[in-house]
Amino acid sequence: MDASGKKAEWLVALAGNPNSGKTTVFNALTGTRQHTGNYPGVTVEKKEGICRIDGRTLRIVDLPGVYSLTAYSMEELVARRFLLQEKPDVVVDVVDASNLERHLYLAVQLMEMKVPLVLAFNMSDVARQRGLEFDLEQLSALLGAPIVPLVATKGEGIDELKKTIVRCAEQVLPVPAEIRYGPELEEAIGKIESVLDEDHPLIRSYGRRWTALKLLEGDSEIQEQIRSPQVSDVLHQVRQHLTAVFKESPEVLIAERRYGFISGACQETVRQTVLKRQDFSDRMDAVLTHRYAGLPIFAVLMYIVFYLTFQVGAWPQGWLEDGFTYLAQLIGRFWPEGVSGEIKSLLIDGVIAGVGGVVVFLPNILLLFLGIAFLEDSGYMARAAFIMDRLMHRIGLHGKSFIPMLIGFGCSVPAIMATRILEERRTRLATMLVIPLMSCGARITIYGLLIPAFFPAPLRGPMMWLIYLIGIGLAIVCVRLLRSTLLKGESVPFVMELPPYRLPTLRGLLLHMWDRGWLYLRKAGTVILALSVVMWAATRYPRPPKDILPAGESQQRRLELDYSLAGRIGKWMEPAIRPLGFDWKIGTAMIGAAMAKEMFVSQMSIVYSISGEEDLERLREHIRRDYSTLQGFCVMLFCLISTPCVATVAVTRRESGAWKWALLQFGGLTALAYLVTLLVYQGGRLVSFLTA
Amino acid sequence: MESPAEKSVRFLSQVPAGQTVRLVRIAGGHGLTLRLAGMGLVPNVPLEVLRNDSRGQIIVQVKNTKIVLGRGMSEKLEVAPL
Repeated sequence: MDASGKKAEWLVALAGNPNSGKTTVFNALTGTRQHTGNYPGVTVEKKEGICRIDGRTLRIVDLPGVYSLTAYSMEELVARRFLLQEKPDVVVDVVDASNLERHLYLAVQLMEMKVPLVLAFNMSDVARQRGLEFDLEQLSALLGAPIVPLVATKGEGIDELKKTIVRCAEQVLPVPAEIRYGPELEEAIGKIESVLDEDHPLIRSYGRRWTALKLLEGDSEIQEQIRSPQVSDVLHQVRQHLTAVFKESPEVLIAERRYGFISGACQETVRQTVLKRQDFSDRMDAVLTHRYAGLPIFAVLMYIVFYLTFQVGAWPQGWLEDGFTYLAQLIGRFWPEGVSGEIKSLLIDGVIAGVGGVVVFLPNILLLFLGIAFLEDSGYMARAAFIMDRLMHRIGLHGKSFIPMLIGFGCSVPAIMATRILEERRTRLATMLVIPLMSCGARITIYGLLIPAFFPAPLRGPMMWLIYLIGIGLAIVCVRLLRSTLLKGESVPFVMELPPYRLPTLRGLLLHMWDRGWLYLRKAGTVILALSVVMWAATRYPRPPKDILPAGESQQRRLELDYSLAGRIGKWMEPAIRPLGFDWKIGTAMIGAAMAKEMFVSQMSIVYSISGEEDLERLREHIRRDYSTLQGFCVMLFCLISTPCVATVAVTRRESGAWKWALLQFGGLTALAYLVTLLVYQGGRLVSFLTA
Repeated sequence: MESPAEKSVRFLSQVPAGQTVRLVRIAGGHGLTLRLAGMGLVPNVPLEVLRNDSRGQIIVQVKNTKIVLGRGMSEKLEVAPL
């Protein structure tokens, strides 16, 4: 509390439907002062940010985007629990003003919870263009909540919103209007209310009427918590009575009445001055979701995204590579005499080589996420899910499954997190388990090393495509297998909103991109950093005795590797991997690759004693000399199919909620990689033997 | 004998694109009903069928919003002429 007796910090919850522009409002309010976490116990993303105004601090929590507040989905439960348990000082409901009636459905439910409500009428410019005129004063009086018109993408009305939030937090608010449900329903609600125990903690905090209404709606969470035989009896009785009278279940009646209330309020306060049909979105949809043209357009858009990712991304990637090489040289040159060479080696060969190897892919990852952010923010992604659904359905997945799969081409970690958009658990698990087969950015290092080593320039592009296609093909096979065995079951009925097309804002795109890119970078800073140090030690210790060291630095390093833990494990594994065409050198590199695919190239460099200062071409020469094209291909195949990194295993464990799925993914992919590579290598040898 | 009103009830999946119909009933479970209600699909609401390719999903317009419904879903929605 400050001197005036007013609290200086207020907790503000931001609610709203998906596609209401809630994220844009959140970004406009908080700017860059935000961070992402999880709601306790569940894998629903929680964004929090700080907004300062007139010496007060508003702590803003972005609730998951929901259409209503039932117990049906995790998101809705999370939003509801937050409101009830954290008791925010103000709840801002972001409403799409151009689509008022539908969006007010959530507002009405918030009103029923008696939360201190502010309505943010977003996209009021679009509403104006559509010829909608609002009597905000009257509407505000009818709903019992202040209304602030906004154009969040342009920042219009944001200051007014902040001021309104503070005003609401500090003054007594108008009480939200109460929705009356008509005599029969009101009687039913009354009957339930009369048997509710006043001292039940639920009723003390949620209120009688709300609890009764939720019980009548058949809310599973509330029913579980009340568990009184008396209440159950009454509930059963009134539900039966209502169903008999209206030939309709109570929850449908309640929903109908809510919409009735909204439409009544809108009739008095909203005027449609011009009638516009076949607007911009309709014309776009006529083309983009066209029965025949839709799929080719989708393919072209995907091509553009990947072109940007890899072709344009190659430039900054080159600069970063040069930067890290320069850094390593700099440390090498100016290393103070007398300070242990071990630490120098740890820094250069361990940390810089390991972390640098990951960070150089950041431009690709960021560009891919930028492209995906554009597709999402523009509203196209929902159309793509629609186009892809028929195809995905045939495999046993959901149209929306392709979104995380697409992200998987960048990095499996955010991709597995993105499976949260899938509501049904079995579909979500199946998608999650096969995501590693979408060849991720980290594997490009391996292809980038091996493809030019074995294939002439004109074949390199097609080889890359082939690898990606093999991954996709295997993913399809695996999903079908999973969906007909472990994850059997009807796929969930498909319902999805097609949001209107919108021009994304640069700010929104950048924030969206950064959100995901940060996950990748964090992985580089934590998992990869730790593993780099472990791998560095495993390839360096134990050291051979001084007296057997040969002359010449590279011979020495080679012997050191022979002697080291990694070298020993590689040799020990050799009999097992020989049928795949791998020798102990590849085996050693594969140990690193098992933890993170980025490690493969740096491990191979160590195996061949090529220090960071020399270019990849020398390494390619060595590899070309020692291995056949078939072996090279098999290495890529094995790396494509096996789990990309330990971070993927960890995130699968977290997102699936059980170790068994993470281990199934890891074990299954490793076995599949072994099997496929074995078949290809032995088959290839047979063919070359027969044709020789 | 069926009454004319009952006769005219059919499933959304049978409505060709371009027609506007009235939602009569959702023949689905509790969760589905509530979920659709949140998206504006409640009895008596007018639905304009924008796309129905006889296979695959259906796109309907409800209160200014376009919603994609899976084939299976559209077979659970009973509709009648306005």
